[in-house]
Amino acid sequence: MIESIGWGLVFVGIGFIAAGSVGLVRLPDLYCRLHALTKADNLGLGCICSGLALLFGQWIIAIKLLLIWLLVLLTSAAVAHFIARHVLDKERRK
Amino acid sequence: MNMLLWNLFDCVLALLALVLGWRVVSSHDLKRAVVLFIAFGLLMSLIWARLAAPDLALAEAAIGAGLTGALLLSALRQQPASSESPVRSLMDVYGSLVLVLVLGGVMAWALFAAPGMVQGSSSNNPIYLQLEQSGVSNPVTAVLLNFRAYDTLLEIAVLFCVAIGVLAFGRERQHVMPAGPLLGVLMRVLVPLLVVMSSYLLWVGAHAPGGAFQAGAVLAAAGILLHLGGMPTLGMPGPLNLRWLLIAGLACFLLVGLATMLNGASFLTYPQAWTSVLILLIETGAVLSIAATLVLAYRGGGAPLDQPQGEGSHEERL
Repeated sequence: MIESIGWGLVFVGIGFIAAGSVGLVRLPDLYCRLHALTKADNLGLGCICSGLALLFGQWIIAIKLLLIWLLVLLTSAAVAHFIARHVLDKERRK
Repeated sequence: MNMLLWNLFDCVLALLALVLGWRVVSSHDLKRAVVLFIAFGLLMSLIWARLAAPDLALAEAAIGAGLTGALLLSALRQQPASSESPVRSLMDVYGSLVLVLVLGGVMAWALFAAPGMVQGSSSNNPIYLQLEQSGVSNPVTAVLLNFRAYDTLLEIAVLFCVAIGVLAFGRERQHVMPAGPLLGVLMRVLVPLLVVMSSYLLWVGAHAPGGAFQAGAVLAAAGILLHLGGMPTLGMPGPLNLRWLLIAGLACFLLVGLATMLNGASFLTYPQAWTSVLILLIETGAVLSIAATLVLAYRGGGAPLDQPQGEGSHEERL
């Protein structure tokens, strides 16, 4: 039961990341792309990490996966902000 | 079925490496090439992980993708933006083609004719047979710092020469902006984490993937982050301390080697009881030197910030 939930979460996560990648290619401008990329990837990674934690079934690994997810959340949010602000500044200066 | 999936995955990785490599080389836009190169580094780290070489995967991710990417991007920033594509003569193209073919041939020959290659399992591999006497249980660290310590000593010496070269180039990066609120938060969270991570990598290198180069690269990332956030003095110590840091790795290595000689053994033949301590000592020095050299390479050498006198005259000369 737990194993199937774990695999389900991993595949849901893969779906989110795939959707984010499609968004990266298909969406019209940089801000939309950043939005698609960070939102979908963060959620997707969260699903994959929780799925893997269930599959391994060990606390220490679950905590490590949680930390990895939090770190990626923090950096990807910050980096998306930096990129967006950089481009915004550039457009304003024009 | 499972095997087939892995083979498929490997084929995709190999194909991606070729495609990305070609895109990096063929891209006319330098910025695009650099970004693709960073992606290429991450892909290489995945490939190393697939080849069951986690030490290399870590080093590739930290140095190949992270720090080299930062170095290339910062080099690009000082490049005047040029829109026209560089003109390449046919001579250049064919010349480099011949060079690449020769180099590839030599590498392939080296791969297949490598002397002393041990086939098979860990039971008959001399490294694993000697591992118990090496003082560490990670075979990579055992090779790097015990069996082939000479190689690593020379590597550290090469890094030191690089640091001297960077210092001799002597151009200080000028545009250091104070951190905005978001970068400030990021720095407050990430820098302590990076320092802890670096110490962990250094410590864990004795019995699991990790070690001085990876730890040094992670520490250097902390330094570069501080530098980007407008704290160059925190990211980089003053000139005197900097020299101590730069020489730390080589000094530790040589002092340990001399001490073993004074002890009556040959150069870098550790006494059995002290092996793990000495290896940790050498690695700690190496981490500091590697981190300092990498940050220095990013920042550029030259007059330090806390000596406005030297800075001014330097500027005039430029």
